[in-house]
Amino acid sequence: MNRLIVNKIIIALSVFSALFGIGVLFWILGTLTIKGIVSINWHIFTHDLVEKGIRNLIIGQFIMGILASFIAIPVGVAAGIYLREYNTNKFGEILRNLSDVMMSAPSIVVGIFVYGLLVDPIGHYNGFAGAIALAIMMLPIVISTTDSMLSLVPKELREAGIALGGSKHKIILQIVLRAAKVGITTGILLAFARIIGETAPLLFTSANNQYLTFDLTHQFPSLTVSIYNLANYPDEASINLAWAASFILTIVVLIINLLGRYITRNKG
Amino acid sequence: MNMMEIKNFSFTYAKASKPSLKNINLPIKKNQITALIGPSGCGKSTLLRSLNRIHDLYPGNKYEGEILLYNPQTNEYENILELKKENEFINLRQRVGMIFQKPTPFPMSIFDNVAYGLRLNGIKNKSELETRVEEALKGAALWNEVKDRLKASAMGLSGGQQQRLCIARAVALKPEILLFDEPTSALDPISTGAIEQLVAELKKDVTIAIVTHNMQQASRLSDYTAFMYMGELIEYNKTEKIFLNPDEKLTEDYITGRFG
Repeated sequence: MNRLIVNKIIIALSVFSALFGIGVLFWILGTLTIKGIVSINWHIFTHDLVEKGIRNLIIGQFIMGILASFIAIPVGVAAGIYLREYNTNKFGEILRNLSDVMMSAPSIVVGIFVYGLLVDPIGHYNGFAGAIALAIMMLPIVISTTDSMLSLVPKELREAGIALGGSKHKIILQIVLRAAKVGITTGILLAFARIIGETAPLLFTSANNQYLTFDLTHQFPSLTVSIYNLANYPDEASINLAWAASFILTIVVLIINLLGRYITRNKG
Repeated sequence: MNMMEIKNFSFTYAKASKPSLKNINLPIKKNQITALIGPSGCGKSTLLRSLNRIHDLYPGNKYEGEILLYNPQTNEYENILELKKENEFINLRQRVGMIFQKPTPFPMSIFDNVAYGLRLNGIKNKSELETRVEEALKGAALWNEVKDRLKASAMGLSGGQQQRLCIARAVALKPEILLFDEPTSALDPISTGAIEQLVAELKKDVTIAIVTHNMQQASRLSDYTAFMYMGELIEYNKTEKIFLNPDEKLTEDYITGRFG
């Protein structure tokens, strides 16, 4: 009898917790959707921030995100290969732990680090610094994904390659990476989804720009930083624009996540 | 004649205190099938994997003694334990091919799987590749099943087909010796039958060493049998002799199923 009561209490508690968690999530998404959709109109996609639009912000955010990916993907995949395929001793283990620690480093710390490295010495905010900060955020995720996806490739596949007379680097590049391709691609997409919505690393690096610009050596337009700024403005129009921008950002992140899942499900 | 001669061979895995193979002496006869049998952990796979030095993929293992491989070009034996350079290993592994327990198709097309080793070998000419791939697939009794879908992914083949593809991939390189490491233990009886038939046919062209858990398989397939126990070679002889009238009590106990 007693056990049954305890059982019911536990079930009730976990159901309540689940509902609470999901409820909060839907509350956020619901508010975001309602307030976002009413604020979205064609005007904001065709005008820059200076004219109460977000065109330059979306373009700027993507340029920095893509530039960050161009840095973080090759370096991260190469580092992941090194950790899994070449360095299996203590040193590799230390590097792996450091990379994991970097993954949970507060993003504001990364922003301030890059500020000290690429903003302060130069004297003004710039888009490159923003991209570098995002790349630093992305790097440990790519490293860890590559590392763990390579660990899923059976060692027999490597041995079979070696047994055909392949050298280690050829086997890794031509067979092992190919076998882990889907997982690594998904991981990269998720990492991109993660950094595209970051604000803190950009606050002190790229800062923001009201105008459409492709000059990465100066202040660079950022969607997330703009949301942060706009939300603090007193006027209704700015706050509505922040809602619209937040909604669009959420949709973009959602699409990238779904794409990642789609790839995994179809080829994984 | 002997394609390989294993002499006073001992092998110790990295970080192990005791050797896994102790003082093995064994010939591998040309165009014959040599079966390595024995209970799990007796060292038969370890011995097989020494013959193409695939162990070297993992650092720190220790070899002692000699493994001599006959070189038909120079008519001499060379000790494969003395190899050091990467291109020497590549050459060894192209001469001594290996088939694994689980099929290991590469994530690429059927054609590219078979052509992989050939391309590593520097063959780029398209028509030559096509001829060699067809030849190899025919040699592995797979051609008729896959000739219409050479461009399809090898991952879509059945387990037995994948294993024959792996044999084709190894055969394509025209090796002198093929090592089979329990090639049928992951397959159903029909696929197993097909592989066994194939192995028996392959012996015309290549010398074969096969590790198997399946005693019937060893007696059906092989010409010579080596029985190993606890890292030592207990008895080596013609297969009939081993199975009908072994010299050692231990061998008799094992093949009659009294232990193992």
